[in-house]
Amino acid sequence: MVEITRAGGDVPVATPRWRLVARRFLRHRLATASLVVFLLLVLLAFVGGALWHYSYDVYTPDNSHPPSLEHPFGTDATGYDLLAQVLRGTQRSVEIALFVAAVSGVFGSVWGAVAGLHGGKVDTLMMRVADLVLIFPAIAVAAVLANNVGASSQGWLLIGLVLAALTWPYVARLVRGLVLSLREREFIAAARTFGAGSWRIIFRHVLPNALGTIIVAVTIIVAVAILAETALSFIGFGVRPPDTSLGLLISQNQTAVATRPWLFYFPGLFIVLIALSVNFIGDGLRDAFDNTRSRSRR
Amino acid sequence: MLAYVLRRLLHAVPIVLVGSFITFVMVSASGDPLGDLKAKQPPVPRAVLDAEAHRMRLDQPVLERYWHWLTGIPRGDWGPSVKKIDIGAEIWPRLWVSARLVTLAVLLALALALVVGVVSAVKRYSAVDYAFTAIGFLLLSMPAFWLAILLKQQAIDLNQATGSTLVYTVGEASIPPPTGFWPTVADVLGHLVLPTIVLAMTAFPPWSRFVRSSMIEVQESDYVRLARAKGIKRRKVLVRHALRTALVPLTTVVALDLAVLFSGAVVTETVFQWRGMGSFLLSAVRDKDIYAVMAWLLLVSVIVVVFNLVADLLYAVLDRRVRLG
Repeated sequence: MVEITRAGGDVPVATPRWRLVARRFLRHRLATASLVVFLLLVLLAFVGGALWHYSYDVYTPDNSHPPSLEHPFGTDATGYDLLAQVLRGTQRSVEIALFVAAVSGVFGSVWGAVAGLHGGKVDTLMMRVADLVLIFPAIAVAAVLANNVGASSQGWLLIGLVLAALTWPYVARLVRGLVLSLREREFIAAARTFGAGSWRIIFRHVLPNALGTIIVAVTIIVAVAILAETALSFIGFGVRPPDTSLGLLISQNQTAVATRPWLFYFPGLFIVLIALSVNFIGDGLRDAFDNTRSRSRR
Repeated sequence: MLAYVLRRLLHAVPIVLVGSFITFVMVSASGDPLGDLKAKQPPVPRAVLDAEAHRMRLDQPVLERYWHWLTGIPRGDWGPSVKKIDIGAEIWPRLWVSARLVTLAVLLALALALVVGVVSAVKRYSAVDYAFTAIGFLLLSMPAFWLAILLKQQAIDLNQATGSTLVYTVGEASIPPPTGFWPTVADVLGHLVLPTIVLAMTAFPPWSRFVRSSMIEVQESDYVRLARAKGIKRRKVLVRHALRTALVPLTTVVALDLAVLFSGAVVTETVFQWRGMGSFLLSAVRDKDIYAVMAWLLLVSVIVVVFNLVADLLYAVLDRRVRLG
C-alpha cells in the first residue's frame, strides 16, 4: 500500500505508507516516550514477575512492611510481597486489555464495514444492534455476565470476552462512518465493476483503507479496557483471588490507605501509568495517520 | 414537531423492549437464584425448594416468565425477589439518590468542559492549553474508584485536622436526617460534594476536548470571520456565534455518555458507601436476584434512551438547519 505524495506538483512520488506513519509517530516525542514506557511496563510485568524472587501467591515472613530494599513496594498484612503482586496484576490487566482490544477491534471493524457497505435496511438493523449495547451501563452487564466466572484460571479470558462484547460498538460506529464515505470513491466502484464480491471488497479494499482509524480506536480501547477491568475487579466481579489484578489489589487495600499507603498507591500508579501511556500512544497514532494535516503546518 | 416526537418515541419503545428481552434471557441464564438455598446445610426440604422455585416463577419457561414480568410492571409489580424485598419500593428512593448524583455531576462536568474547552481553543498552543490537555489526559487515565478513595482520604484527614466534619465522606445523607426542610437540603448537598466531584472529573475530559476542537473549527469559519469584520467585539462573537454552534453537537455527546456515567456512579457510590442504585445492583447481582437486576437495567436503560431522545430534540431546537423527519 502506498501513499502518493506530490513533490513539486505534477511528479507523483510514492512513499511506503508505513514508513511515513512511523516517521510521523516518532516525531511525536511524547507518544514515542509513552510507547517506550508501555513496552517497559509490559516487559517488567511478564519477564520481571517471573524473575523476581518472591511470587505473588506465596507468603513471605514479613507482614505489613513499608517499602524497603527487600520489598521495594512493601508487603501487606498477610505477608504478600506487593511488587510481585503488582507485577502479576499488571500482567493480568494488560492481557485482558489487549485481548479486549483485539476481539472488539476485529469484530467491530467487520460489523461496521458490512453495515456501511450494504447500507439501507441491513445498515439500519446492524447499527440498531450496536446502539442497543450502548444503552446499558457496561459495568452492570459485565457484573452479571462475569458473576459466574469464579476463580477459574481461564476466568480472565471470559472477562475479556465480556468487555469486548461491550466495547465493539464503538469501533463499529467509527468504521461504518468511514466506510460510508469510502464506498463512494472510485476504487470501490472499480472493484465492483471487475466483479469483486462484498467480502472481497471489505477485506481487500475497505478495511485496509480504514486501518489507521481502526488502529487508533483499538489503542483507545486498550486504555478503556484497563480501566473497565480494574473497575470490575474493584467491585468484586472481575479477577478473583488467588489470581490478582490491579483493580483487585486496590479493592483489597482500600482501607489501608491511611495506615499503609503503599498498598494503595503502587497498584493505582501502575494503572495510571499504563492507561496514560496507552492514551498518549493513541494520540500520537492519530496524528501519524492523519493525512489531512499538511506537514508544513506542524 | 409533535409528530416527530411521537414517531421517535415509537422507535424508542421497540429498542427498550428488545433490550429488556435480551437482558432478561441473559440475566436468567447467569445463575441459579436458589443456589444459596440449595447449598444450605442441613439441606432444605424438597417441598420448600419447590415452593421457592414456584414463587420465583422458575417452573415457567423463560418466554412466559418474561411476559409475566413485563406485564406486571405497569401494575407496579416488579416480580419476586430472592431476598423477599419489595423491589419497587426499594428501587425508587435509590434511583432518586443516584439521579441527583448523576444530574449534578453532568452539570458540573458540562461547566468544566465549557470553561476548559473554550479557554483551550481561544488560547490554542499556549501554556494554559497544554496544562489543560495534560490534566485531561491524566484524569482520562485515572480509575474513578482510585480518585474517589484518594479524595475521601484527603477529606478524612482534613476533618481530623480541623476536628469537625467539614466534608461528609460516608453515605448519601446523615442518619438520622436533620429536621426541617433547609437543614435536610444542606445535609444532602454536603454529602453530594465529593462523589459529584469524582464523577464530574472522570466525565469531563472528552467533553472539553470536543468543545475545544469544535470551537477551533468554528473560529476558522467564514461567518465568524465576517462577524469580526463587521466590528463585533471578540468576546461577543465567541459567545453568540462560535460557542452556540459548538454547543449543539455537545448535547449528543453528553447523552451518549449517560450510560457510562451510570457505570461511574456505581463505582463512586461504592467507595462512599451510598445506599443508591450502585449498592442495589451489586447486592442484586451477588444474590442472583434476577428481577432486582432486571428492574435496575430496565430503569437505567429507559433513562438513557429518553435522554438520547431529548438530546436529539434539543439538537433540532438549537440548530434550525436540522430537518425533523
